[in-house]
Amino acid sequence: MGVEQKLGEMGIVTARLEDLVNWGRTNAMWPMLFGLACCAIEMMSSQAAHYDASRFGMELMRPSPRQSDLMIVAGRVSRKMAPVLRRLYDQMSAPKWVIAMGDCASCGGIFNNYAIVQGVDEIVPVDVYVAGCPPRPEQLLDGILSLHEKVRGEKLKDWA
Amino acid sequence: MADNAAHELILNKVRDTFPEAVDEVIDFRGERTLVVAQESLADVARLLRDDEETRFNMLEDIVADDMLPDFPRFAVNYHLYSIPLNQRIRLRVAVEDPDDGPETMGTVWPVATWLETEVWDLMGVTFKGNEKLRRLFLPEDWQGHPLRKDYPLGYEEVQFSFNWKAIDAKKPYAKD
Repeated sequence: MGVEQKLGEMGIVTARLEDLVNWGRTNAMWPMLFGLACCAIEMMSSQAAHYDASRFGMELMRPSPRQSDLMIVAGRVSRKMAPVLRRLYDQMSAPKWVIAMGDCASCGGIFNNYAIVQGVDEIVPVDVYVAGCPPRPEQLLDGILSLHEKVRGEKLKDWA
Repeated sequence: MADNAAHELILNKVRDTFPEAVDEVIDFRGERTLVVAQESLADVARLLRDDEETRFNMLEDIVADDMLPDFPRFAVNYHLYSIPLNQRIRLRVAVEDPDDGPETMGTVWPVATWLETEVWDLMGVTFKGNEKLRRLFLPEDWQGHPLRKDYPLGYEEVQFSFNWKAIDAKKPYAKD
């Protein structure tokens, strides 16, 4: 049994390599668990049956940075947590993206004080900010889809 | 009230044994605080723990106050609880120099070393005899003691539309 029989009569598909690579990246983007506070609850529920993030190719959260492409920072990052966050980001293999979920991760939120990092973009480069305190799962999914849009527009020569 | 009788009993016991120890007695909403001289704190604590009629066998918490314009600036409160008798009392010690703080209570209640470490971490009051004062909640390289009143409150201005660019220009964005 050859591959032709498996696939059916698809014929030949031509595409630009860039589109193909970006299509692969967007449709198998595995997020890393980084639940730090109440936003993590919304992140979990966007992952669960009702909102089902696996519709967008995110089958499950990876607890290991080595296996993930997307870091969703869900919650406020304390000054003590910041080195850990940066270290996990460095351990992720490129290409990698970061979503700052919620007000605390984006800009410090209500915690304008000595203990909380005023926006996680001081630690890691952030691609998409999701507003809300905490954002609903729809908002997070919208952020993820915005990120997909961004990734689809990326040029391969920027990576090479 | 039974509480009042117990409070008087405790106060009399302390005064009988150490006449000079208690500087002031504060009653507030049924809670009693004994303001104790710094040098007699350990004696009073040991008495309250060991006496058959008080039996304060648990140190619930150590809390430091910062009363910045006043002198002495700092005060340390010891919240005692007697599990067998279900009674509470508070000992309060004024601290004139935070670098020369009260004696450690770790010899009376072992848990005190942890609580004193927390107080030092956030308020910067040292405790004589506690060799383990170190950063507990804050990162190890932290400068200063953030719960002091003269510690800067926040460190970042809030971004609005009118000052967005000015703040954005000096915001330290991370590199990949």
